[in-house]
Amino acid sequence: MSSNGTLLNLTLKIWRQKSRSEKGYIETHEMKGISTEISFLEMLDTLNDKLERSGKAPVVFDHDCREGICGMCSLFINGQPHGPAKATTTCQLHMREFSDGQTIFIEPWRSAAFPVVRDLRVDRSSFDRIIQSGGYTSIKTGSAPDAHAIPVPKENADLAMDAATCIGCGACVAACKNASASLFTSAKVSQLALLPQGQVERTERALNMVAQMDEEGFGHCTNESECEAACPKEISVENIARMNREYLRASAISRK
Amino acid sequence: MKLNGNVPEGDLKTLWEQHKFNMKLVNPANRRKFKAIVVGSGLAGSSAAASLAEMGYNVDCFCIQDSPRRAHSIAAQGGINSSKSYPNDGDSIYRLFYDTVKGGDYRAREANVHRLAEVSGNIINQCVAQGVPFAREYSGYLANRSFGGAQVSRTFYAKGQTGQQLLLGAYSALSRQIKSGQVTMHTRTEMLDLVMVEGKAKGIITRNLHTGSIDRHAADVVLLCTGGYGNVFFLSTNAMGSNVTAAWRAHKRGAYFANPCYTQIHPTCIPVHGENQSKLTLMSESLRNDGRVWVPRKKEDVAAIRKGTKTAKDIADADRYYYLEERYPAFGNLVPRDVASRGAKLECDNGLGVNDTGEAVFLDFSAAIERDGYEAIKARYGNLFDMYQCITADSPYDVPMKIYPAIHYTMGGLWVDYNLMSNLDGLFVLGEANFSDHGANRLGASALMQGLSDGYFVAPYTVSNYLGSNKQETVSTDMPEFEAAENAVKETNQKLLDINGKQSVDDIHKRLGKMMWEYCGMARDKNGLEKLVKDTSELRKEFWSDVSVVGENADLNITLEKAGRVADFLELGELMGRDALAREESCGGHFREESQTEDNEAKRDDENFQHVAAWEFKGVDNEPERHIEELEFKHCIPSQRSYK
Repeated sequence: MSSNGTLLNLTLKIWRQKSRSEKGYIETHEMKGISTEISFLEMLDTLNDKLERSGKAPVVFDHDCREGICGMCSLFINGQPHGPAKATTTCQLHMREFSDGQTIFIEPWRSAAFPVVRDLRVDRSSFDRIIQSGGYTSIKTGSAPDAHAIPVPKENADLAMDAATCIGCGACVAACKNASASLFTSAKVSQLALLPQGQVERTERALNMVAQMDEEGFGHCTNESECEAACPKEISVENIARMNREYLRASAISRK
Repeated sequence: MKLNGNVPEGDLKTLWEQHKFNMKLVNPANRRKFKAIVVGSGLAGSSAAASLAEMGYNVDCFCIQDSPRRAHSIAAQGGINSSKSYPNDGDSIYRLFYDTVKGGDYRAREANVHRLAEVSGNIINQCVAQGVPFAREYSGYLANRSFGGAQVSRTFYAKGQTGQQLLLGAYSALSRQIKSGQVTMHTRTEMLDLVMVEGKAKGIITRNLHTGSIDRHAADVVLLCTGGYGNVFFLSTNAMGSNVTAAWRAHKRGAYFANPCYTQIHPTCIPVHGENQSKLTLMSESLRNDGRVWVPRKKEDVAAIRKGTKTAKDIADADRYYYLEERYPAFGNLVPRDVASRGAKLECDNGLGVNDTGEAVFLDFSAAIERDGYEAIKARYGNLFDMYQCITADSPYDVPMKIYPAIHYTMGGLWVDYNLMSNLDGLFVLGEANFSDHGANRLGASALMQGLSDGYFVAPYTVSNYLGSNKQETVSTDMPEFEAAENAVKETNQKLLDINGKQSVDDIHKRLGKMMWEYCGMARDKNGLEKLVKDTSELRKEFWSDVSVVGENADLNITLEKAGRVADFLELGELMGRDALAREESCGGHFREESQTEDNEAKRDDENFQHVAAWEFKGVDNEPERHIEELEFKHCIPSQRSYK
């Protein structure tokens, strides 16, 4: 295959919004000769290059590692978080997923708890506050016992790892009709509930993280599983079930 | 001038323990009177900020991303070394120390590396206690693997996402301190200058990346944990936002920059495909355990593959040149990274590259699949194969991968002493941003170890010692030094916006990257480096007269952000050229054409270059001054490397 692959002509319909308080609108750009070998973000780089050369403001979008792991990239692409490819972040989405002549709608994540900063960039600090409310074990530096002191069944360690692999991108919220953060929150609750290290603060953690999720304005989970379908890391809704059990248990035994 | 690494006197094996005892403590009631600024929130930054806050210091932590969880440490895949010797295979603190010094080709400070090996065990304890889900055996105990050709299994891992899990562990510790109010987190905030008051680092100037507002922050001590500068090459495996600005601006305020030409080139990356490419993706080093590297022997086969009339499968085994296996029969495909990288470049320079840019070699799994079966290979490398297929549309189960070396990690950085303090009083530098532990070549699974060692287990003690043994004068952001630094930052930004030239920031960055790769990449020589020094300086002038930066100063402006970083990369690129030019020896990943053995292997010159080169800034248009810190090897006796 040639390094240029096939060349596509595309119509981009991109959400532009100067700030949180200003009204947004859709802007149309015709893109010519886009190689199927480049990534979606490289296609947007090309657009920004064109805009900058004509003295216009580039489209602001979040991205960083471009390896599918930092969780920075987002984007609603034709109504799907991270676009049409399964288990793929926007930065790993390639233009070969699109066809010549296609119109592509590009919008920011939609959720009251993720306010728009500019264009396609949203503020996801609500996720940080959920972690701050209890997504940790309170171990002080330097005082940990030997790592072999507490064995962990392999199955639990593997399940904890599957949950811990969440990249905090917010696609689960964007995909959910209620804008629920249950998949994100449950991934961290699950990881720590599955490990012996997480047991001591288990009750408090479940109560606090769920409360913080509500306080941030995320909606409730109504078991549609859209989050799992959209998740680039394929985090399972099994974690939500586990979080619900953890929450129920915590509510029953908490002394608060 | 000969620099002093301030390594305490005494027996290497008890040095750190003794030093910890001798250092001053700060009593808990007094800690709350002190404030520390931590720039960066990766492994080093998050762990340092969390640890200092937990001790009772007030911490202001800064990162350019929207959350500290996004730092580029998150992208590290393979694992983290520790000398725990759980597999009972003869590992020890001393062996890890020895391997690391040797692997760095005897250009690191022994005492720092020994300490790194010592605390490596605590790191694993700390992370397990945080709930980092390391891989486990069925017994429930931690699993280990061997990594990068090491003869002991000392690497702990969490699937192929070890960096992610360790960073999220440190991020969770940091989050706990943010919630408690002991850390004030400043996200989307970039450090643009260091403020020096009476010879001490006392604060920073930042730009809020959302509003463009320029702000002053004062503290008793400043810790830079800002990662490496590999993006000077434009194309690298680094995140797009990784940059040298904070470290470089500190350099311009007097901090010495050590060994800038030491960059690590990783042999197994997905090749460059075209001009629009924004970054390179690394495929894990573990692939070389089962993949065989080859190129066709015959030029006509190369031409046919490039044209698409033949595929790798059409080339008979006798017509395949397994160059690493032939040249290094003892190590084969597992030769160290620099040897593997240079091997690929050599074959491609000889015209045997297998893609249409001529810059790719095959990494072939067909023999392994035949031997061990599809399922076994899938279990070992499935996620990596999927990732490769996602990017290239080729399945490594059916056709060999195409790989080529790329810039990955930088071993150079700001000079620090044994306490991780730079030559500027009160300025500490941690993790990849300092130069200290890896010498001329970084071994696999040692970057994560250093970031966490510095942040959890070194800086908290040495920063306390600094605060306890020096009187800290009260500083305020109203002082003239802060005002001057703020004005300088504002002027620089305005100057960038006023140029109104014709070239984009990326145009110039890409040109810089090509120059760096060509003349200061895998192999360098005197002529090329002299040309590089001249060309980077000219390109810098071109940038300052012809770049175009759209948008406004006091606003969210991604073009202005990039422009400031590229301006610094241009100056750094020139320094890298000078550093490589002065170092007339081959060392680690740094291959100087003039210094090679008869069979084309890297040849060190210990007599003249067994030292750290630390550069002092003398003004943008002036030659910097090269200082030397002599390195002494009392325990690891330097020997020439040989993989024959």
